[in-house]
Amino acid sequence: MSSEIAPESAPEHPNAGDTAAVQPLAAGASAEHPLSAGASTEHPLDGAYVALARPRAGWAFLGSEIAVLFRRRRTWVMLIALAAIPVLIAVAVRISSAGSTPGRGPAFLGQITNNGLFVGLVALIICIPLFLPLTIGVVAGDTIAGEASSSTLRYLLVAPVGRARLLLVKFVAAAAFCVAATLVIIVAGALIGAALFPIGSVTLLSGDTVSLGEAGVRALLIAAYVTLSLLGLTAIGMFISTLTDIPVGAMAATVVVSIISQVLDSLPQLDWLHPWLFTHYWLDFADLLRQPIDWSSFGSNALLQLAYVAVFGALAFGRFSTKDILS
Amino acid sequence: MTAGAGAELAIETHGLTKTFGKQTAVNGIDLAVPRGSVFGFLGPNGSGKTTTIRVLLGLASATSGEVSVLGQPLPGRLASVLPRVGALIEGPGFYPFLSGQANLRRLDSADRYVSSSTRHARVDAALERVGLSHAAGKKVKAYSLGMKQRLGIANALLTPRDLIVLDEPTNGLDPQGTREVRNLVRSLTAEGTTVFVSSHLLAEIEQICTHAAVMRAGNLVAQGSLDDLRRAGQARVRVLTPDDLAAEQVLRRLGLVPEHPDARGDGHADVTVSAPITDDLAPDTVVSALVAAGVRVRGFEVERATLEDLFVALTGEGFDVVQ
Repeated sequence: MSSEIAPESAPEHPNAGDTAAVQPLAAGASAEHPLSAGASTEHPLDGAYVALARPRAGWAFLGSEIAVLFRRRRTWVMLIALAAIPVLIAVAVRISSAGSTPGRGPAFLGQITNNGLFVGLVALIICIPLFLPLTIGVVAGDTIAGEASSSTLRYLLVAPVGRARLLLVKFVAAAAFCVAATLVIIVAGALIGAALFPIGSVTLLSGDTVSLGEAGVRALLIAAYVTLSLLGLTAIGMFISTLTDIPVGAMAATVVVSIISQVLDSLPQLDWLHPWLFTHYWLDFADLLRQPIDWSSFGSNALLQLAYVAVFGALAFGRFSTKDILS
Repeated sequence: MTAGAGAELAIETHGLTKTFGKQTAVNGIDLAVPRGSVFGFLGPNGSGKTTTIRVLLGLASATSGEVSVLGQPLPGRLASVLPRVGALIEGPGFYPFLSGQANLRRLDSADRYVSSSTRHARVDAALERVGLSHAAGKKVKAYSLGMKQRLGIANALLTPRDLIVLDEPTNGLDPQGTREVRNLVRSLTAEGTTVFVSSHLLAEIEQICTHAAVMRAGNLVAQGSLDDLRRAGQARVRVLTPDDLAAEQVLRRLGLVPEHPDARGDGHADVTVSAPITDDLAPDTVVSALVAAGVRVRGFEVERATLEDLFVALTGEGFDVVQ
């Protein structure tokens, strides 16, 4: 231990001494006791454990959190399910020889036979109201409640991770899942679209035609828009997750909140409320398909989502920082 | 170092109280855990041990009272105290889908005071120390209860600590594992670490502890060095003799109160006569008085109170959990 964090080490403790920055963990101390069975001499440490005087930035824990999230089978199943949706759409359009009736089905559905790039876009539109909130609900609802239910929360806090830092890392990891979920739909859509349909330059809503490369950039912009759209819900889910030790409850509640918000958004009587609903701009990314790009909906959406992140992030911290961890 | 009395204590609480609604889990306890000690924290199930530990580790906040750990007040200095504390709290908690090694690496990465360049080596050393090297790569869901318990102890040993808190460390361990935990605690003490062990199993505590405290229904009913605690208990003399009636007479003359014997002697077979004895009366006085009175003393011992006697005396017999 360094002198800064162990100022009062009493002299009778040889290893915890105030100047003993280098402590032999393996070679010295544990050699004689039976649990280590004499193997400690081969150990790479060679008495080189150095406690740090000042805390590190702690990127390792963020890395660990993201790795744990994406190593879970559950995460993979959700991503594969999301990838299956564009595949389903493309195959359905391909095998139905009748072609599509204009005005029926989701927007851009009719364009798929002309240009396979639209598969991803159609899939996103289908996924946004339910499938994406479902997966975000699972990830965000699990953040704190999941750690509580597996008893790992108390060990993380005692490590110590710091409660504010844990929330921040959890939010960033959940946001990384939002990115992955959106990209999976777009990329899977582009791949299956290219496989089953002709692809080429894209005619935008404004009538301009852009090259394949430019169309790819627009697709990524849309992915960024949808990811941003999901951050408000992620923050809500994380807040709900701090209220309970039962992850399934937090997950379900998060999904229900997103559905309620969409229902409210569809009631014309609540017009005044609509701009304040986090789902309000969810489908308004068509402006990114104009030339020049109209950024107004992107900006309003970003502002609204940031406000939700700030409010529910603060609520989550307020709740979590004073919570007694009894799980 | 000429620090005050406070610095000599690894854990110190004054009037620590924790209530949940109307129920008082911990009722104004004054803990004093000396540095370098192995401190046994005893009490029946539900007596407030784990709640106290949660407050000491900053997982729960005290309703009232002062807490300081390693000389630093809590919860104010929690962030600088916890890196120096290793803990096993109410059973291990791990991600079942990760290996034991991956679990420890993750928990270690949460501590910002340790170097990530030594992480792999430290995790392997900790696994080795609890005898889990062979199962390091196995997923935790395939671990037995005892292996999980060992992994939990390994987590407390990831870096050298000034204080290690072990809540019921031998739960789920076989006798061999229990012995290993005892050896481990001894080796930790040799390194100068203060070990705070909570348990309801007295035998294991009695073997390794230098100090102990006893909880009952949220109250601290006894605390001190093991010798002090034993002294507080009642010692008794036991005389093995065929002349039980004569022996009892001698004991009464010395001011002792012989207990009702299990069996009466017939003048040939040996029976045991016993009586509580205080420190005022030297045992040799008793023996010489017995011999002078013609009692055939075939065995004599002064039996010190065991911790178990004291524990039962303090917390009551039986399985009733005090509300």
